[in-house]
Amino acid sequence: MAATSQPSHAAAPSAAVLPLSLVYRVGALVAALAFVGLLILVVGESPLSVLGALISGAFGTADQLGRVVNTLTVLLLCAAGLVFTFNAGLYNLGIEGQITVGAIATTLVLRLLGEALPAPLVIASGIGFGLLGGMGWGLLAGVLKVYGRVSEIFAGLGLNFVAQGLAIYLIFGPWKRPGVASTSGTEPFPESLWLGTFGRTEATPVGVVLALAALALTIVVMRRTYFGLRLRAVGLNLRAAHVLGIPATRQLLAAFALCGALAGVGGALQVVGNFHRLIPTISGGLGFLGLLVVMLVNFNPWFVLPVALFFSALNVGSLQLPLVLRNVDSTLSGVIQGTLVLSALIGRGLDQRRSRA
Amino acid sequence: MDVELIHIHKHFGEVHANDDVCVRFRSGTIHGLLGENGAGKSTLVKILSGYITHDSGDIALDGKLVSIQTPTDAIRHGIGMLHQDPLDFPSLTVLENFMAGGGGLWLHRREARRRLCEIASSLNFSLDPDAHVSELTVGERQQLEIVRLLALGVQVLILDEPTTGISAVQKEQLFAALRQLAADGRTIIFVSHKLEDVEALCDEVTVMRQGRVVGSAAIPCSPAQLVEMMFGKPLAPPIKPPTAREEIALELREALIRTNTFDLHVPHLAVRCGEVLGLAGLEGSGQQEFLAACSGLIPLRHGSLRLNGREMAHRPYHSFMRAGVCYLPADRLRDGLIGGLTIREHVALRAPTRSFFLDEPLNARLTMEAIRVFNIRGQPNTRVERLSGGNQQRTQLALMPNPLSVICMEHPTRGLDIESALWIWQLLIARCQQGTAILFASSDLDEITAYSDRVLVFSGGRVSEPLDAHRLTADVLGHMIGGKF
Repeated sequence: MAATSQPSHAAAPSAAVLPLSLVYRVGALVAALAFVGLLILVVGESPLSVLGALISGAFGTADQLGRVVNTLTVLLLCAAGLVFTFNAGLYNLGIEGQITVGAIATTLVLRLLGEALPAPLVIASGIGFGLLGGMGWGLLAGVLKVYGRVSEIFAGLGLNFVAQGLAIYLIFGPWKRPGVASTSGTEPFPESLWLGTFGRTEATPVGVVLALAALALTIVVMRRTYFGLRLRAVGLNLRAAHVLGIPATRQLLAAFALCGALAGVGGALQVVGNFHRLIPTISGGLGFLGLLVVMLVNFNPWFVLPVALFFSALNVGSLQLPLVLRNVDSTLSGVIQGTLVLSALIGRGLDQRRSRA
Repeated sequence: MDVELIHIHKHFGEVHANDDVCVRFRSGTIHGLLGENGAGKSTLVKILSGYITHDSGDIALDGKLVSIQTPTDAIRHGIGMLHQDPLDFPSLTVLENFMAGGGGLWLHRREARRRLCEIASSLNFSLDPDAHVSELTVGERQQLEIVRLLALGVQVLILDEPTTGISAVQKEQLFAALRQLAADGRTIIFVSHKLEDVEALCDEVTVMRQGRVVGSAAIPCSPAQLVEMMFGKPLAPPIKPPTAREEIALELREALIRTNTFDLHVPHLAVRCGEVLGLAGLEGSGQQEFLAACSGLIPLRHGSLRLNGREMAHRPYHSFMRAGVCYLPADRLRDGLIGGLTIREHVALRAPTRSFFLDEPLNARLTMEAIRVFNIRGQPNTRVERLSGGNQQRTQLALMPNPLSVICMEHPTRGLDIESALWIWQLLIARCQQGTAILFASSDLDEITAYSDRVLVFSGGRVSEPLDAHRLTADVLGHMIGGKF
C-alpha cells in the first residue's frame, strides 16, 4: 500500500514494471492539470494568468503567506490524524465534527477561565480541552462503529451534523453576543487570549510547532512502532489480524481517538489562533480537505506536508482570483483539488489493473 | 479437436513461467498436466484459454494456427476453462448463471432451462435451475460451469485443479462426466498436482517442472517415475508414530456448537496431548465451526470446554491463545495472513515483545531464521500475497508460537504440492512428539487415515464417536461420511 515501504531488493522482480507505474502517476497529474487548464480556457481566461494570480494570492504578501501557514497547520493536524484512520481501514468522515467539537471545547474553557487564570495557562488548557473534545467525538464514532455496527462513514456524517447543530445552538443561544445573535459568531475574545503570531501576520508559531510535531509523531508511530504495524494489519485484513491475536477493537478505537484528538487540536487552533471566537463554520471544510490530502498521498505520511502545503496555498491564493480576473471564482481551488484526487485515484486504479493482468 | 502448443514462452517480470513449452493434446483423450505448485501448469492453460497472453510461440487447433488473445476468442475457437475457484455470480440463480455467457439481446428462459437440464442430466449432474449459486457447494458450482461451457459449444475443456475442495462423491461424478465427454470426442485437459487423480482419470500425462515440460507418459505408468519427474528426486511420505500421551489437552462435555444451519452436539470428547484427531466429512458439515469453537474464535452455545484441565467456555479468544491454542485457517490469505504486509512484518506482529518501538534487528533475525527453518521461498520483504500457496502455508506455520498445547487446522495441505505437504506433516508430527495435540479437518481421506490417531466423522448435522484410525479404511470412512453411523 505504502510505496516507500517497498524496499529495493524485494521489488527486484518487478523492476521492469516500476517506471510504468510512475508513468501512470505522473500521467494522472498531467491529465488533471490539462483538464483544469482546459476548463480555464473555456471560461475565457488564460491558465498562465490564473497561475500567476494564485501564486501572488498565496505568497505575494507576508499577510497572505501567514494565512497559508495558518491553514496549513490545521490541515496538517487533520491529515496526520487521518493517516491513522485510513491505515486502520477507516473512512473517518466525521473529522469535521471532531474539529468542531474541539473548537467548542476550547471556547468553553476560554469563556470559563478567561478571567480567572493567567492567559498562557488558559490558552494551553483551551488547546488541551480541544484535544479531549475532538478525541471524545472521534471515540463516539468509533464506539458506534465497533459496538453498534454502524458504518463509520454514516456515523461520522451524522455526528458532523450534531456537532454543527451544537455550535449553531451555542452561537445563537447561550453564547450569543450581547444584544444581537449573529452568524458572525460569538463575541471575540480579548487579545490577551490570542495566540502570539509571527510579526504582524496571522501565522502562529505555536500552531506550526504543534502541526509539525503531530506529523513527525505520525511518521514515527506508523513506521517505527508495533502499534503502527498492528494498525496497518487491522486495516488490511481485520479478520486475519484477529486470528493472529491482534486486539482489533482496541486498535480501531485508538485510531479514532488519535484522529479525533489531532482534529480537536486543529479546532482549538481555529479558535485561539485564527478566528478568536466560535463561528458556525469553524472547521472551514479543512477536515474534508484533509481527507483529500491523505487520499492523494495514498495514506503515506511522508508526502502529507508538500501536498498539504500545496492545497493550503490553493485555498488562500484562490481567494484573490475574482478580484484580479473577471471570469474565474475562488471555487476554482476546489475544482483543482477534486480533479487532482480523482485523477490520482483513477491513475492508481488503472495501474493496479495493469499490474494484475 | 487436437490442440497443439508450440514453443510457448511467458515471462512474469524476472520469472520465466513458461519456457519453450511444446505439448500436444489429442481429441478424445483426457490429458493430465502434472507438476508441483509454481511449475507453470496454470500459466500454460490460462494462455490457451485466453486469460493470459503469451510472449511468443504458437497455438494450433487441428493443425491450423490460431490467435487467442481473450477468453472470448478461446470460446469462439471452442476452448473453455473451468477455474480452480469457479467464476460465477453468487447472487444469481443457477439458470441465470447458465445464461450469463450467452449472446443476444433477449433472455430465453424456457429454452435455456431446457438446455440446462438436458446437458446436466446427460452428465448425471443434478442441478436445480432455481437455486441460488451462493447456496451451492464448490462441486455443484463446478458442475454448473461445465454445463455452461458445454452449452457454449466447447470442444476443448480445461480443468484447473478441479478436485480441491469437492467431496469424494462429487469427484466420482466429475470423473465419470469427464470420461463420457472424452468418449464423445472432446479434448479434456486436466491440470493437477495430485498424482492419484491423474492416475485414476487420465489417458496421458505431461509433467512440468520450473516452467518446462520435463516428460510425458501414457497411463498406467509407475507413480515413482512421475514423482521423480515432478521433483527431480524420489519422495517418501513421513510415517506417523504413536505420539499420544496420557494427559488430556482438550476436553468437551455436552458442548453445543452453532453453525449456519444447525447446532452440533458433542456429548463428550477428550483429546490427549500429542494426539492427532482428524475431522472427516463433506465440507460444511460443521468441522470448521468445531475447530473455531475449540480455538475460542466462536463461543460454545452451551456446555464445557477444558484446556489442560482449566474451564475455558465463554472465555475470549486471547485467553485461548494464551493457553497455547493456535488456529490455522484454510483460506490463508483471507483469514490467516495479511495481504499487503511482508513476511518480516508478520513475524514482527507475532514477536514476543512488549516494547513500543519496533525492534528491527530482532525482527530481521527472527525472520531470517523462520525463512531458513521453514524453507520459505521468499525474502523478508516479500509481501505474503506474492508467495505461492505452499510458501504461504509455510509462513503460517512459521508464525505458530512454540510450545503449543493444541493446534486447530483446516485443510493443512490443501492446494499444496506433494513435497510441501509431506514436509508440513513432518513438521506437525514433530510438534506432536513435543506433546501438542492437533485437530485437523481435511477432505482428503488419505490424509485423514495416514496421520490421525483417531477420527471424528461429521455428517448430516451430527458428529460420530471418535474412531480408531488404524482400523479405518477410506472405504469405511466414505460410508460414514454418507451418514451411515
